[in-house]
Amino acid sequence: MTLDVAWAVDWVRRSADAVAEHREELIELDRQIGDGDHGENLNRGFTAVVAKLDALEEPPGEIGDVLKLVATTLMSTVGGAAGPLYGTAFLRAAKATAVPELDTKGVVALLEAALEGIVVRGKARTGEKTMVDAWTPASEAAAAASDAGASAAEALEAAAQAAADGAQATIPLVATKGRASYLGERSAGHLDPGARSTELILQAAAQAAA
Amino acid sequence: MSEREPAPVALVLVSHSRAIAEGAVDLAGQMAPGVLLLAAGGTEDGGLGTSYDAVEAAVAQAVADGRSAVVLADLGSAVLTAESVLDLADPDVASRVRIADAPFVEGAVAAAVTAHGGADLDRVLAAAEHAGTMFGGDQVRPAAAEASADDGVVRGAVTLRNPLGLHARPAAIVARMLAAYDAKVRVNGANAASVLELMKLGATQGDELRIEVEGPQAAEARDALVAAVEEGFGEV
Repeated sequence: MTLDVAWAVDWVRRSADAVAEHREELIELDRQIGDGDHGENLNRGFTAVVAKLDALEEPPGEIGDVLKLVATTLMSTVGGAAGPLYGTAFLRAAKATAVPELDTKGVVALLEAALEGIVVRGKARTGEKTMVDAWTPASEAAAAASDAGASAAEALEAAAQAAADGAQATIPLVATKGRASYLGERSAGHLDPGARSTELILQAAAQAAA
Repeated sequence: MSEREPAPVALVLVSHSRAIAEGAVDLAGQMAPGVLLLAAGGTEDGGLGTSYDAVEAAVAQAVADGRSAVVLADLGSAVLTAESVLDLADPDVASRVRIADAPFVEGAVAAAVTAHGGADLDRVLAAAEHAGTMFGGDQVRPAAAEASADDGVVRGAVTLRNPLGLHARPAAIVARMLAAYDAKVRVNGANAASVLELMKLGATQGDELRIEVEGPQAAEARDALVAAVEEGFGEV
């Protein structure tokens, strides 16, 4: 079974709901090791994305059209580092999904492109306590699931689970990139807010496909 | 210079805070009135953060009329936003813009003064990025030992007359004025093309400035500098 444009729209709406629901949690996580604006910024961004989706006269023809709308809107409205980071991720993902439907390999390509965008923009590697620590295992898990013959929905489910595990694994890490790196050793013991929001967004993708 | 067209290189100052970006524009503008300086600070609603649209608009304005631009950004997300704007910009625009790896305020001042002298993109970028090493404890290199009179170096000495000495405004005047000459000028060992090096000398009223100049217009440059110092930069 493939994923279509309706899935992409549903993914985005579910992401907006999840970010709104976890706004306070993301704010609190960011307050502990950053500047405390992640939940607020991301919620503002996804609220704007949903408003743009609502304003569309007809649904876009390709999955990439939906993701590009997400990308440009997040860049313009988020305000913090998450804007260019998620913006670039969705922009790269959009370029990889200029098709009306995605099979399992298409899902893998989407996630790999998104990860590449984040790495290019943020210049972070795994182990630096950033969203890369959630995106990397997610992308790898989807690729492994694809190799094992999984469906597109199953690959997203594997990616979401791996993102959740990856986010949890940021807790003991000492941040060496991003605002949390100013804290040095004191950043250990806290969940990275960007990894947590990645988990929420990929969960939304899996739920929309289920 | 302020009544002419702006210098060929403009600056875009991107900050997480509107007040910081606008303050840096004020500060740099005071010393380089001939340079187009654009602030892109804060979010659309005036909060803390960076606005993609504001940065994009400032870059577009900066490179209009064939200008180039150097972008200075403060915290990480300001840098990321500036990079995103350039990634998505028209290649013709992106090719005329550089993001400086430089301290925000010091880099903006150094870049603005250099741009005011009509310098090209690479030189303005270098001025911004060199500002990063000015405050790291690097001392201004002492003047080379006095060489013989026929070493091609034109020398001079003059005593500072204005009460506050070589502070920001006179330092900027000197750096700007000397940009017009094909000459390499050192004042007490400091590169006189760099307003930051001049300020770092901490020279005050009554201090003697030792001037050493090399280049085709060395004598003219020295005479102009001596005259400006003797006039007290208009402050006496």
